Amino acid sequence: MMATGELNPNHYPAQRAAKVVQHYLNTRYGSPYRLLGLQRVHSGNAEDVEDSGRKYQLEISVQEMIGNTTEKCSAEVLFPRGEGQRSPQVQASCEQLLKVNNTAQEEALYKLFKTNQSLLSAQNLPDSYGHIEPDMKPLWHLSIVASSAVMLNESTENTLYNMAQVANITQLATENDQVKFDCHVLLHEMVSQEIIHWKLLFTWSPPEGVKVLQMEQLPHCHDCEKPPNTN
Amino acid sequence: MEKKTLTLWVLSLFLLVLKTSNSLEEGLESTRMHDYAKYHPMEEIYTWMEEVERGNPELVSSAVYGRTYEGSNITLLKLGLENPEGKEKKVIWVDCGIHAREWIAPAFCQWFVKEIVHSYKTNKKLEQMLQNLDVYVTPVVNVDGYIFTWANESTRLWRKSRSDPPPNSSCYGVDLNRNFNANWGTVGVSFDSCQNNYCGKAAGSEPEAKAVMDFVGKMVNQTLCFLTIHSAGQLILLPYGHPQITAPNYDELVAVGEAAAAEMKNVHGMGYTVGTSPQILYANSGSSRDWARLIGIPFSYTFELRDKGEFSHLLPEEQIQPACEEAYAGALSIIANVHDKTFNSGTRPNAAVSGVAMGILTIMVVSFTAGVKV
Repeated sequence: MMATGELNPNHYPAQRAAKVVQHYLNTRYGSPYRLLGLQRVHSGNAEDVEDSGRKYQLEISVQEMIGNTTEKCSAEVLFPRGEGQRSPQVQASCEQLLKVNNTAQEEALYKLFKTNQSLLSAQNLPDSYGHIEPDMKPLWHLSIVASSAVMLNESTENTLYNMAQVANITQLATENDQVKFDCHVLLHEMVSQEIIHWKLLFTWSPPEGVKVLQMEQLPHCHDCEKPPNTN
Repeated sequence: MEKKTLTLWVLSLFLLVLKTSNSLEEGLESTRMHDYAKYHPMEEIYTWMEEVERGNPELVSSAVYGRTYEGSNITLLKLGLENPEGKEKKVIWVDCGIHAREWIAPAFCQWFVKEIVHSYKTNKKLEQMLQNLDVYVTPVVNVDGYIFTWANESTRLWRKSRSDPPPNSSCYGVDLNRNFNANWGTVGVSFDSCQNNYCGKAAGSEPEAKAVMDFVGKMVNQTLCFLTIHSAGQLILLPYGHPQITAPNYDELVAVGEAAAAEMKNVHGMGYTVGTSPQILYANSGSSRDWARLIGIPFSYTFELRDKGEFSHLLPEEQIQPACEEAYAGALSIIANVHDKTFNSGTRPNAAVSGVAMGILTIMVVSFTAGVKV
């Protein structure tokens, strides 16, 4: 029985919908130096929209994780009903979000990616101890942004996604002004407690932001070790 | 002749005392050298438990109360002091590491023990509680799973135990926190052995869960409080995981939980949400917390420690200390509340909480700023 009307902001329906807003904000505004995290849900409302699905209206606080600033946002999330698997539709307004100026840092990073002698690559961000080398943090941030597109697409009222780890990320050569990456990420889905593997191909540049070109879910790797030989 | 024998005796006694105090010193030294702000593999945790016991025999004893699927010891430390009036001790249960990848939980159990060992002699309230209570702490319940997460980078996010695949499957392990005898197999579980919330073939089918149920079951009448430590999400979960079942003391569980969350927030400003699992997380059955409440333990909570998704289970080591500090404040708040309810007649929970908690917190702050070397 789905909760309708005013929602308890601490209960899971509002929290799950708010997490979808986080994924949307990162997909749209995320960058190596701008990463949004859901901080709090202040209030929420849910209603069934005939023939469409279920719409949530939320007042939330979002934290920009790198600069450690917080901002209030209003958002609407529509979880569609009906045939086929369609992604949630999100509208959000957070005025202050884009005002933080990280242009200089982004340009410096872009230049680094473009002019580096060898193509960058990294594994296990963070590692088993939660550690990320400072030089690798921008790659971790980029992967979170790219993963957010997947998490946004995959979210429903019955899921709560976070990116758990970047298994590996490799820079690919490009002929144009984009920087291109191939990465393998591990997403944590809270409700099932599953770790889901995805491969992503994405580009980035300061003016264009992150654009995901390809996304592919990888098969469930049970133990990542060979099963007993039954021959 | 006699004088020489006497001298020899005195000398031997002196050397014996020196040696004993040296090994006590060593015991204390090694627990002081054990880095509580780092994650430790299972071997180091086993060694540390031996050292803590050896270094603090008046407070700490240990017990092996079961074997994992792969045959490893499931070991607890029992913290308690003699009751000066010889009264029967009540029991507090704390377990960590039911889920293998939740590394901050075993780290917290080690921190919890360390805090008590280092402060009970100078904290009157803590000393009094330890005279009335025996605190049983299991740093790692799911030893097999925990060891597996240390094998290599690709196993770090394993959750379940390491039991063999059932017939017709190639998938290992059972979600131990769905295997307890508490509305087993009804909600929030999978019967597919390849899933991460696979509840096993029957309630208590898994040796790790059975060990806890058998051991705690024997002490149920004396047990006041059952705390089971997990990550992540920053939540304090009260029974039950089934959406249609409410604990008889729900209001009290909420009040004590909220008091704990308030204490936790005071430490580093982190918010912890209090509620039942179906309210604030998801419905589930077969959890240790539910089992404890069902058999009659009045206060039963799941702590979900840091964080809220930035790192999830891969919590950076530099967050171990702050995460443990706030979790300790929360756990102590509940234990003190429960203790005072039982041993100080007529004390209302709220009054007890603020007084006791402030006392404990003050001592904690003082010892932290005094630079307790860990």
